[in-house]
Amino acid sequence: MIRYTLKRFLSLCISLAVASLLIFFVIEIAPGDPASFMLGINAQPDTVAALRAELGLDVPKFERYLAWTQGMLTGDFGMSYTYRTPVSQMVADRLWVSLPLALFALALSTIIALPAGIYAAARRGKTGDVAVMSATQLGVAIPNFWFAMMLVLIFAIKLRWFAGGGFAGWDKGLGAVLWSLTLPAISLALPQAAILARVMRSALLDVMNEDFMRTARAKGLTTTQTLWKHGLRNALIPVLTIIGLQFSFLLAGGIIIEQVFYLPGLGRLVFQAISARDLIVVESVVMLLVFAVIVVNFAVDLAYAAVDPRLRART
Amino acid sequence: MNRNLIIGLILSAISILAALVSFIWTPFDHVAMNIPAKLQTPNLTHWFGTDHFGRDIFSMIMVGARTSIAVAFVAVGIGMGLGIPLGLWAAARKGSYIDELIMRANDLIFAFPSLVIAILITTIFGAGAVNAIIAIGIFNIPVFARVVRGAAMPIWEREFILAARVAGKNAARISVEHILPNVMNLLIVQATIQFSLGILAEAALSYVGLGAQPPTPSWGRMLADAQTLVSIAPHLALIPGFAIIITVMGLNLMGDGLRDYLNPRTRVART
Repeated sequence: MIRYTLKRFLSLCISLAVASLLIFFVIEIAPGDPASFMLGINAQPDTVAALRAELGLDVPKFERYLAWTQGMLTGDFGMSYTYRTPVSQMVADRLWVSLPLALFALALSTIIALPAGIYAAARRGKTGDVAVMSATQLGVAIPNFWFAMMLVLIFAIKLRWFAGGGFAGWDKGLGAVLWSLTLPAISLALPQAAILARVMRSALLDVMNEDFMRTARAKGLTTTQTLWKHGLRNALIPVLTIIGLQFSFLLAGGIIIEQVFYLPGLGRLVFQAISARDLIVVESVVMLLVFAVIVVNFAVDLAYAAVDPRLRART
Repeated sequence: MNRNLIIGLILSAISILAALVSFIWTPFDHVAMNIPAKLQTPNLTHWFGTDHFGRDIFSMIMVGARTSIAVAFVAVGIGMGLGIPLGLWAAARKGSYIDELIMRANDLIFAFPSLVIAILITTIFGAGAVNAIIAIGIFNIPVFARVVRGAAMPIWEREFILAARVAGKNAARISVEHILPNVMNLLIVQATIQFSLGILAEAALSYVGLGAQPPTPSWGRMLADAQTLVSIAPHLALIPGFAIIITVMGLNLMGDGLRDYLNPRTRVART
C-alpha cells in the first residue's frame, strides 16, 4: 500500500506540475498586455512600462512561472492586476460561496440518487424501475441552468418562497446561507443525481448476479436482507468513485449555476477577470479547479486501493 | 429495431430536420426585429411567439438547431479524429512508454472540464462558437482514446490478429484493417452519447457568453436573453429549453437503442 501510495503521489505531483505549466503558458500567450489594457489606449509608453514593472510583467516568463508556482505552494497567489488585492484573498472569499454550493449539491444528489437507484434495482423490470429510469433519462437531458431558471420562475417569482438570486452572506448565519443556496444546489444536483442513480442501479444489479448472493439466499436470508447485507456493501465501491469524481465537476459546474442566481462565487470572479484581462486571477482560478479534480482523483484512487487490494497490483 | 432506438431516432430527426430546413426556409427572417410585435405568446402567425425584439422564436429555434448540431458534430469529429488514432496506437503498443504517455496525457486532459478549457481559450482568443467547438472537442479526445484502447486490447489477443501478423502486416495496418472495424459499433454508440453531451455543453457555454456570439442564434444564448424576462414571458425560456431536452433525450435514447441493437453485450462507459 505504501509503495502504491508513493507511486500515485509521484504521478499526482507530475500531473500538477504539467497542468500548471500548461495553464500558465497558454494564458501568457494571450494577446493584449494587461498593463496597456488597464491604462487605456492613450497611455504613454513609459507609463505602461512603469506599470509593467510594478505588476512584475517585465520579468522573463519562466521566472514568473516559477514565482507563481512557488507562491501557490505557500498560499500566495500573487496580486490581482485590477483590484490590487491578494488573489488568494479574493479566491478564498469566493470559495466560501462555491465550496458550500458544491458540497450542498453533492449531499442532495447522494441523498436522492442512492435510494432511487437501490429501489430501481430491487424492482428490476417492474413499473417502479421503469419510472426511476425514465426520470433519470430526463434528468441527464435537462440543462441544469435551464432547470435553475424554471426553479426561479416557480419558487422565487410565483410562490415567493426563496429569493430569486444573490447570496445571504455568512454573517446572516448558516440557515440563511443554506436557504439562499437551496435552489442553486437543487439545480446543480439534478443531472448528477440522475447519473448517480443509474450507476447505483447497475452496480447493484451486477452484484446481484454474483455467486455469493445466491449463497446468501440459500443460507435462508430473504431477498431484501441479501440486498442490504451483501449487495449494497459490494455495490458501493463504484458508487463512491463516481461521488468523488462528481465533486470536482460540481465545483466547475457551479460556475454556470452561479450566473443564474447572481451568486458571488468563483464563476463571477473568473468572468470578471477575463473581461478585465486580470490574467493572474484567471490562472489561479483555473489552476484551483484543475487542482481539485486531480487531487480528488488521487484521493479516490487511494480509497479504492485501500478497499480493494487487487487494484494495488495493477497500474 | 428496439423501442429506444425508434423513439430516439424520431426525436433527433426533429432537430436535424429543423436545422436542415432552416437553410432553405424559415417562417420569418430570424434576425429581423419587429418591435411592435414583441413578446407575443405562441399564436397562429408566430407559432412559438416572439422575443423582446419581436423576432420570431420558431425561426430562431430552427437556426439555433444548426449552431447546436454543428458545434457538437465538429467537436465529436475532433474527439474521434484525434482520440481514435491515439487509442489505437496505445493499444498496439500496450505497456510501452508510448501507451503510458498517451494514457497519462489523457488523465491530464480529463482534469480540464470543457468549461475550464473554454475559459482558457476565451481568455486568449475572445469568445465565439469556434472556441466552444475546440473546448468540447479537446474534452472528447480522451473519451474516445480510452474507449478505443479498452476495446482494442482484448482484440489484439485474438487469433485472427496473429494470422494478420504472420501475413506480414505491421501494427498500423492491423489497427486500421482489423482492430478498427471490430470496435466500430462501440464507437458509434459513444459518438451518439458525446454528441448529446456536446449539445448540452454548447448550450451551457453560449449561456455564460463563452460560445456563439450575436447575431448567431443559439439555444443557450436564447436562454441567457430570456433570463431577465422570464417572469413576464416564460415562453422565452420554456421553448429553447424544450428544444435542448428533446434533442439531447433523442440522442441519448438513440445511443441506448444502438447499443442494444448493434451488440447486446457491449457496455459503453457514460462519462
